[in-house]
Amino acid sequence: MSEQHPENGSGEDPRIMAQDTADTSITAGRMGRAGRPRYELTFGDAWDYAPAPERVPVAIKERYGHFINGKFTSAKEVFSTINPATEKKLALVAQGSAREVGSAVKAARDALRGWTRIGGKERGKYIYRIARRLQERAREFAVLETMDGGKPIKESRDVDIPLAAQYFFYYAGWADKLRYAVPGRDPRALGVCAQVIPWNFPLMMLSWKIAPALACGNTVVLKPAETTPLTALLFAEVCQEVELPAGVVNIVTGDGRTGAALVGHKDIDKIAFTGSTGVGKKLAAIAAERGIPATLELGGKSPNIIFDDASIDQAIEGIIQGIYFNQGHVCCAGSRLFVQEGIAGEVQERLKIRLNSLRVGDPLDKNTDVGAINSRMQLKKIEEYLKIGRGEGALLYESNGSMLPKKGYFCRPSFFTGVQQSHRIAQEEIFGPVLAVQTFRTPEEAISRANNTPYGLAAGVWTDKGSKIFEVATKLKAGVVWCNTYNKFDATSPFGGYKESGFGREGGMHGIRAYVRV
Amino acid sequence: MARTEVLKTYKLYINGGFPRSESGRSIKALGADGGLMAHICHASRKDLRDAVGAARAAHCKWLARTAYNRGQILYRLGEMLEGRAEEFAQAIKQSTGDDLRTARKEVQASVDRFVAYAGWADKFPQVLGCQNPVAGPYYNFTVPEGTGVCAVVAPDEASLLGLVSLIAPVICAGCTVVALGSEAHPIPTSILGEVCQVSDVPAGVINLLMGKRGELIDWIAGHGEIDAVHAAGMSEKEAKGLRMGAAVNVKRVRIRDTSGDGWYDDEVCESPWWVEGFVEMKTIWHPSGA
Repeated sequence: MSEQHPENGSGEDPRIMAQDTADTSITAGRMGRAGRPRYELTFGDAWDYAPAPERVPVAIKERYGHFINGKFTSAKEVFSTINPATEKKLALVAQGSAREVGSAVKAARDALRGWTRIGGKERGKYIYRIARRLQERAREFAVLETMDGGKPIKESRDVDIPLAAQYFFYYAGWADKLRYAVPGRDPRALGVCAQVIPWNFPLMMLSWKIAPALACGNTVVLKPAETTPLTALLFAEVCQEVELPAGVVNIVTGDGRTGAALVGHKDIDKIAFTGSTGVGKKLAAIAAERGIPATLELGGKSPNIIFDDASIDQAIEGIIQGIYFNQGHVCCAGSRLFVQEGIAGEVQERLKIRLNSLRVGDPLDKNTDVGAINSRMQLKKIEEYLKIGRGEGALLYESNGSMLPKKGYFCRPSFFTGVQQSHRIAQEEIFGPVLAVQTFRTPEEAISRANNTPYGLAAGVWTDKGSKIFEVATKLKAGVVWCNTYNKFDATSPFGGYKESGFGREGGMHGIRAYVRV
Repeated sequence: MARTEVLKTYKLYINGGFPRSESGRSIKALGADGGLMAHICHASRKDLRDAVGAARAAHCKWLARTAYNRGQILYRLGEMLEGRAEEFAQAIKQSTGDDLRTARKEVQASVDRFVAYAGWADKFPQVLGCQNPVAGPYYNFTVPEGTGVCAVVAPDEASLLGLVSLIAPVICAGCTVVALGSEAHPIPTSILGEVCQVSDVPAGVINLLMGKRGELIDWIAGHGEIDAVHAAGMSEKEAKGLRMGAAVNVKRVRIRDTSGDGWYDDEVCESPWWVEGFVEMKTIWHPSGA
């Protein structure tokens, strides 16, 4: 919550002050009462933040093998995984070969019969154990996630890890209730599932994949992303701790070659993938050729629509949450902002102010809002898009609130105004803290422009008018519509896209249907 | 003097009208005895394109109809089909060589299938959707919504019942349809267009093409404005080609292996799980309180 600025001695709520003046036109630089921009919400900046690093000892091994058939293999070919905030090496991780993938698939195949046979009730109890162990070791997982991936500790601590545990807890309970998830049918396990996950929510994506698969009686081979394998390997230790039968969960690390070997393996029964639309289409073709089912959770360019009757304070927080959460490395990030014309000036002014208050820096610091970009490659890609956006004639506003650390991959959160529908920054997924702001006049215009994309993952709607919310939410072609909120996730809530954002749903009762034969 | 019979021209059904093929081509529909039954308009790739355009344009409005209304229109299809049962039965008999009893049975099952999906229209959202108990102060629910434009590729076997069984769940879902009817027995497909036109089905919601599967199937698979495919009676090679081509725009593909008496299995063919392949689950969040 905001604090009062000490100089603003009147004791008024700054939000009320903002409303007093909302009907006048806004020009940049006009000052409010206490010599500060009129819409500024103050965040206690009269004092410096003391560093507040999270300190939990995490034992990181020097070298990791794969987790196959309940045991860690000895690593042969290795690559290093680094901390993107310091560029320092964290550990050496094995590069999975086709042979190692083969033995993981075989272990999963061999474990399948036993895992199906013990029945839903017993399977559920193993999955509950996993959920509990994740909760017990939550802080350790959070720190490791932040070190390996660069996301702020407050997010890994409050979002990623608790949600991962919730997914296991939720699906554990489904294991003996599957026939209620598919009324009128007798659902059965698919078999061995090949699962490939991205680097933006490493443990959470693992939980989205593994929890429902196990509950339905499948066994899995999972490949974590090349840049963020460590929490998956720590998760493998949890599987050992809870005495999960060997071979039920197998984890093979490596780059794209390992992933290709996995999804191309002849003895898998299902492909589940979260990642780019380009790779997803290739996987759809591979699954088609093999005649096996696939679940694809692909890219997005999600619209966030702010109507002039929205609660502006909440909407600003929603925009910030929508695009700058996890450095914008979110497939459902609200990366296209549509503001109704009458409030465009005010929203842009407030966005600037709020943007400047975001603290960019050490991801392990509990005060940090925006952490490190996941990899050098991703940072380059984002910088390339910033150049493209300027080249196309859009105006860039970058946050000036923090000094960027000298080491590590950091990027100022920013937004573009003057964006046209045809601009690449309005069409293509940037996967970084970059927002494209456009304006609209009527709801119809907002809807048609919001839907004008091959993607259809998520959308946001901001208005205080109930009937308008439902009308717009109904017309938006998106698998998740957040109304007067954004980027909320829950194990009970299905997630997945329309159109080229993929097919199948993860989470909730619908998540079961992706892992059973009906 | 003997009266000269007026022969009917069997046309395509696109956007609520009955065009000839833009290609000007026709094919012979032969009876089971090898005799000529009629000349049938032979759909081309451009006819497919026109039909997809019509289906795309009709989709928003079809989706905006109430479920009750979609159900009534599906029921009306059943009513109108019943009224022309004998014409369909004769066409099936002549084309396939089935006896009249078998042909009538197929028509009756087709009527019943429309009626079954008429009933599902305002019920499947309650079976497939749900409210989700999220751990926070939010109201959260998941509703199914028709995917978009769906291509139907009908089997040769059960030329009417197969076609109806593939179309009905798709329009029940809220999709619009471009269907390629049986190549071997095209006449029922053409007559079905006449049934659609008098059943209050809005123009463009159902479009029916007759022609050669081999000519059109690759264009269907790769078409960027087709969002889903519902097919049956395919060879393994055709099915694989269709699935792989469909990856280009992440189409939703359902290929049924239903055959023979399987088309009369109501448990299988009149199920909300046949609708489920052609809906997108949309999850909506809203804060409560706050």
